[in-house]
Amino acid sequence: MATSTPTRDAYAPPPRGSQHKPADTRRQMWRSRLWRFDDKASPFAYIAPFFLVFGAFGLYPLIYTGWIALHRVEMTGMNQMEWVGWENFDKILHDSEFWTAVSNTFLIGVMSTVPQLLVALGLAHLLNYKLRASTFWRTVILTPYATSVASAALVFALVFRADGGLLNWALHFVGLGDTNWANGHWTSKIAISVIVIWRWTGYNTLIYLAAMQAVPSDLYEAASLDGASRWQQFRKVTIPSLRPTILFTIVISTIGSMQLFGEPLLLEGGTLGATGGNENQYETLSVYLYNYGWNLGHLGPAAAVAWAMLALLLIIAAVNWLIGRFVRKSAV
Amino acid sequence: MTMTSPTKVPEPVLPARSAHRAPKRASRFKPGAGQQLKGGPFAYIALAVVGIGSLLPLYWTLVAASHTQDEVLASTPPFLPGDRLFHNLDAAWTQAHLGKAIVNSVIVAGCITAATLFFCTLAGYAFAKMRFRGRNVLMTGVILTLTIPPQLSVVPLFMMMADLGWGGNLESVIFPTLVSAFGVFFMRQYLSEALPYELIEAAKIDGANNFRIVLSVVLPVARPAMMVLGMLTFVQAWNDFFWPYLALNQQNPTLQVALGQLSASYTPDTSIVMAGALISTLPLLAVFVVFGKQIVGGIMSGAVKG
Repeated sequence: MATSTPTRDAYAPPPRGSQHKPADTRRQMWRSRLWRFDDKASPFAYIAPFFLVFGAFGLYPLIYTGWIALHRVEMTGMNQMEWVGWENFDKILHDSEFWTAVSNTFLIGVMSTVPQLLVALGLAHLLNYKLRASTFWRTVILTPYATSVASAALVFALVFRADGGLLNWALHFVGLGDTNWANGHWTSKIAISVIVIWRWTGYNTLIYLAAMQAVPSDLYEAASLDGASRWQQFRKVTIPSLRPTILFTIVISTIGSMQLFGEPLLLEGGTLGATGGNENQYETLSVYLYNYGWNLGHLGPAAAVAWAMLALLLIIAAVNWLIGRFVRKSAV
Repeated sequence: MTMTSPTKVPEPVLPARSAHRAPKRASRFKPGAGQQLKGGPFAYIALAVVGIGSLLPLYWTLVAASHTQDEVLASTPPFLPGDRLFHNLDAAWTQAHLGKAIVNSVIVAGCITAATLFFCTLAGYAFAKMRFRGRNVLMTGVILTLTIPPQLSVVPLFMMMADLGWGGNLESVIFPTLVSAFGVFFMRQYLSEALPYELIEAAKIDGANNFRIVLSVVLPVARPAMMVLGMLTFVQAWNDFFWPYLALNQQNPTLQVALGQLSASYTPDTSIVMAGALISTLPLLAVFVVFGKQIVGGIMSGAVKG
């Protein structure tokens, strides 16, 4: 697959001496063969870098993770692998912290994805109006996307701080304001979801907006001729036209919530962050993996966590597919 | 993989504001939810609220970075930037080796962006305009790789990097992200619409070989999309946190890793951490102020057929 592309030199004319007829046809044959080779091989050469890099740093490690998960490997001596069979899986599946992380990841995933996509849908609808300075609004809404996870998590850590936090200061005007956000089971998940929502709503808004602008306006004309109100048009024309896009953003957000790492790690920081709070109340699967592998130094169980995540993803994909099929069927 | 007629050369990177403008007569009907409808005051108010919500945390970063920790955490927090900004920036700079971190971040994001642009344009061109066995299957494979979170492969990746002698080096964060599936997809979308077959045929008749076509025909046509992809890739590489945090160490961090470590240090000073956050965010904000329109257009054009 990694054939190099022939460059100009490959077609350099043969030495001057061989310019009589038979050599000429031979040259032409050679030439056309080279052309054909160029045409055949070039596309593969162009796509090869992607597949080589993905194979080496994506697919191979992904599969190798399963092999490591069956061994005892320590951070301190990574060359020594000792076969332990299913022990690592046994260990994590009987660890209540693992199941806490699973449910946290799921809850935070739902709590961040659902409001985010609903708000994005509404915002996209607003941005789809004819507006003054529409580019300005789009850019402003996208600004959080330019902020890194680390910066966003740190500034929101300050907002959600128990003593001296901006949110508690604002809430004390209405008589609340003693909330220890990071300590509570629900409040800590709310805090993390807010960070995710803040960073990604603008991005999803633009994706929805692009899809809305691709809806043919005849559909709206037909709907309004039939006397559909604007809300009805939004529900009966816009939403159905956006169904594939909505499905796409749900998939992307689901995968994204499986990856939540910087937000929980930095909400309180330090050792609390590495275990997702003092009662693991906001520990996600990625943090659990990191804690096992990089904090405690046991790479075997960490690899087992990775494969457990893979299994979860496959389950989610299957459920997603079934729901998608069901929705499509019921829509007809 | 639909083939659009080669004569049609739309500009997919520009915001598609006028793409589906309704015909004039539409104004006679009760307008639909399409573009022709003017936004009322409610739309502006709602957008302003969301806009303020989007910018407030960034403003708060600046405020917190320009006061002392005690002032920031006082019972009535400050609302205007103070005068301690440079003091805090200086402290963050020395405490977290930010100088080295910035250089590292520039190297990492720069290399990743350059490689992604080159490889993804090549692959995108091949998938958009060349015919070869297994094209559709391979393209589906590219898109499927988007669904694999990096978490699944970090353990062996970490061991591999140690074996290669790249443990803690920048190579270990650069090499795994040299290409991106999104980039391939994005360039394919753009080139399949913006690059007419006639141009390729003409170049072939003129005796250009395939790589020559890439250099003289594909790259010039692809340039606007490459600009956008470059910015999106740079933003992503600059902000990447998970793998760099695992792969790099305190002595040789990127900016985001240094920031994470600064906050994880023993009794971190809030305003100094915020100063670090400010440093890591400012370059990208500058990019956004200058190229916001292109980035917005890029995300929208990359998304339509997603």
